[in-house]
Amino acid sequence: MPAQQHSRQRGPSFSRRDFLKGSGAAVAATAIVTAPQEIDAAQESGPKVTSAEPTEVTLTVNGRNYRLKVEPRVTLLEVLRNDLNLTGAKEVCETTTCGACTVLIDGKATYACARLAIECEGQDIRTIESLRNGDQVDEVIAGFVKHDATQCGFCTPGFVMATKAFLAKHPKATLEDVRKGLGGNICRCGTYKGITECALELARKGGA
Amino acid sequence: MAERTVAWKPRGQNQLIGKKIPRIDGIDKASGAAKYSADINTPGTLFGKVLTCPHAHAKVVRLDLTAAEKMPGVRAVHAFAQVGQEVRYDGWPIAAVAAERPEIAEDALRAIKVKYEVLEHWVDEEDLEGAKQAGRTKDTRRRPKGDVDAAFQSAKAVHEGYYGLHTVTHCCLERHGSHAEWKGEKELNVHLSTQNVSGTAPQYAKALQLDAANVAINCEYIGGGFGSKFSVDQWDIACAIMAKKAGRPVRLLLDRATELKIAGNRPSVFAKIKVAADADGKVVAWDSYQWGTRGVGGGNVSLSVIPYLIDDVPNKRQRSVGIRTDCGSYRAWRAPNHPQGCYLTICALDDLAAKLGEDPLQFFLRNLDRISKEHLRQTFAGELKRAAELIGWKEKWHPRGQGGDGPIKRGLGLSMHTWPGRAHQANCTLRIYPDGTVESLQGSQDLGTGTRTVIAITVAETLGLPLSAVNVRIGSNKYPFARASGGSTTVGGVSGPNRRAALQALWKIFDLVAAKYEVDADSLEARGGKIWSNGKVVCSWKQAASLIGPMPLEFHGEGPKKDGLTSEDVGGVQMADVLVDTETGLIRINRFVAVQDCGLIIDELTARSQVMSGMTLGIAYALSEERIMDRKTGRFINADLENYKLPRIGDIGELVVEMYQPDSEYARGVVGLGEPPVISPGAAISNAVANAIGVRVPVLPLTPQRVLDALKGGVA
Repeated sequence: MPAQQHSRQRGPSFSRRDFLKGSGAAVAATAIVTAPQEIDAAQESGPKVTSAEPTEVTLTVNGRNYRLKVEPRVTLLEVLRNDLNLTGAKEVCETTTCGACTVLIDGKATYACARLAIECEGQDIRTIESLRNGDQVDEVIAGFVKHDATQCGFCTPGFVMATKAFLAKHPKATLEDVRKGLGGNICRCGTYKGITECALELARKGGA
Repeated sequence: MAERTVAWKPRGQNQLIGKKIPRIDGIDKASGAAKYSADINTPGTLFGKVLTCPHAHAKVVRLDLTAAEKMPGVRAVHAFAQVGQEVRYDGWPIAAVAAERPEIAEDALRAIKVKYEVLEHWVDEEDLEGAKQAGRTKDTRRRPKGDVDAAFQSAKAVHEGYYGLHTVTHCCLERHGSHAEWKGEKELNVHLSTQNVSGTAPQYAKALQLDAANVAINCEYIGGGFGSKFSVDQWDIACAIMAKKAGRPVRLLLDRATELKIAGNRPSVFAKIKVAADADGKVVAWDSYQWGTRGVGGGNVSLSVIPYLIDDVPNKRQRSVGIRTDCGSYRAWRAPNHPQGCYLTICALDDLAAKLGEDPLQFFLRNLDRISKEHLRQTFAGELKRAAELIGWKEKWHPRGQGGDGPIKRGLGLSMHTWPGRAHQANCTLRIYPDGTVESLQGSQDLGTGTRTVIAITVAETLGLPLSAVNVRIGSNKYPFARASGGSTTVGGVSGPNRRAALQALWKIFDLVAAKYEVDADSLEARGGKIWSNGKVVCSWKQAASLIGPMPLEFHGEGPKKDGLTSEDVGGVQMADVLVDTETGLIRINRFVAVQDCGLIIDELTARSQVMSGMTLGIAYALSEERIMDRKTGRFINADLENYKLPRIGDIGELVVEMYQPDSEYARGVVGLGEPPVISPGAAISNAVANAIGVRVPVLPLTPQRVLDALKGGVA
């Protein structure tokens, strides 16, 4: 890569949050006349995009720290699947629509394809793999199996994670709650009824 | 235990068969431990991606791969298209790359320079006159039966209507693709997302000039197939070629848009139908003129399913026009031709019943003797009666258009279907090890129907062992050959050979036990992990197995055979209870009932899931799912999961499934189930909507716009 282009890409840093908040051009213009240290101090804590080049990032996944070097454009889902070999979260829609890649970030159900890996530094990332330890499985997994809420199984890990987060938030969920609260995931085989029964049974027991 | 004949146990003696048993691979699926082809990450794996054509019809005039080839991190580039070649639809593969990271592969695709000369196209599947003028049509017809015109003349009631279904895709959640890894120059190891584990190696061998025996196909898990994953695709071959070029394993899956565009779809059909009943309310005449598309190759839904099920009509005439469209080609879609044939026929007959002023339940009951599959008539009668009880037909049905005074109308509708579902050809190897461990191997696959579980239940039931004692191996073409999973053939296909092999094993064990413990072999029985004689325990299973010596006992099971373990032909009835908002056009499913036979049920839990699966896919194509082609650009404009609308958990209402299981069903042996329940939903739901609002919404999916248009037109 030519050196000139390289230095241009390195450019001034700005926070992705500010970029998304308002006009990206305005933020960038400010950055040009301000020393990088000052910007850092002014910014709230959060990930910083400094370049399109691979960036070092430390991710905390299932309680373990992983130090990686990835391009800022790489999603959390890609890192989980391709770099950490945690393939329970599936890539299906590519457009943050279907929920097959649902993970928990600080306890909240999140589409892993909707987050850049560098955004997730310092956050508690939990994948489906954290819900099983050998023969010991989380009760949501056990409930899915009991109610046969899996067929081909490709949407299932994402649905389990969504159900886990949903029941934590709505431990006494009703049928209507389930129908609304689990609407972020798509199953093609038709396991919705089993998932509904599983979620309601766990809700009757007081959540999961 | 007396005679040594191959048969299922008497129904009451089963410990496992017919019970509701959770699938044995359920925890692996639900915990993310199950590895699909899309999950294979062997060391050094490169990422493959495919560049496709954005035009419906074009000629490639320039194709320059050099910039992509030179890009750092790119390890192999493959061209599908050549300069001068015509490409025939949006999504046609042009080139592929394999790179160190997915984002580099994407950069490389962007660096490929392609120039097209755009040519004329036709993508409209409903506009028959336009297609004729564009020279895109081909006619087929059947020899008419009886005197159709005279029959209409003398009929008591005649109905004429227009009906149709748009193309839908398979939309597998695991996109088509594979992971390819070479061992030296002549051996290829592939993880392929396939419904056809045992049948795909020869396709690789032919394309790559290899010995078929040196191609290993693996598919432990598959994320949906629905009929679209029988063959090795050109992008799978490209994956293997690039792996060879790069000297590294490559994983290549289609992107979602391309998956929807080119990896399979169900053909559309539109029809003008005229149908008549005589003074007794029996169907006497049928005349249909249909058209639709199977994509770039032309063709249309088979006339063999028109009219559907109620097919023994004395006077009938069927004509068909296939339209060649510049769209991705069809593939077998769960119950090929049947959902379309069922929709056209059952809706037209429902409208005829309305014309007669009759309750459709009575009308269909009376016309059961018009079903040429005579042996199913009684099953249908029983299923119609039971489904009517479950949905409350007697209390809730009303004549058309009397669905309530407010803007929200309620209605009931029904449909019926049939499917052969005979067992496919399959073999298995069954091993009993000296420590009592049991293992069953076959080159089969699990589409989600529960193949592993069905095999484990069959073997465990036969040997009197707990389910956990049976180790099931599928998903490799190095195991005994089993046919592709398609046509609802797998459960019968694998359960027969496993029952036969397990009985052989059991009889051998009985002989060894009889000799050792000096009991009559014919008196022996295996139950609860023990061997019994006349009600007394002779020895444990482990002790019995120890008698075989140091080497495992091995038995070969084959099928299908004419020993009664499997048979064919199922019926099935579905009834829908819907609400229609006449102000917004929105339809909600209240309750959706299925009563389904399938002979002997191995696992009622997974069997019920298959029925719910069919109903849910049915709700999708009835209410929201369709491929939308833009007439002007020729592009598939909703090729993503945001705009290609599938139902979500709140969109399916209450599903009620009852397996129809009189003893006569058990006696038939195993019959396949995957396909039948997906056939009826279109007709059942459309009929319920017509009952609610008093007019037919003719074309599926029944989107709010189509409902409002039908209400505006106001024609029945």
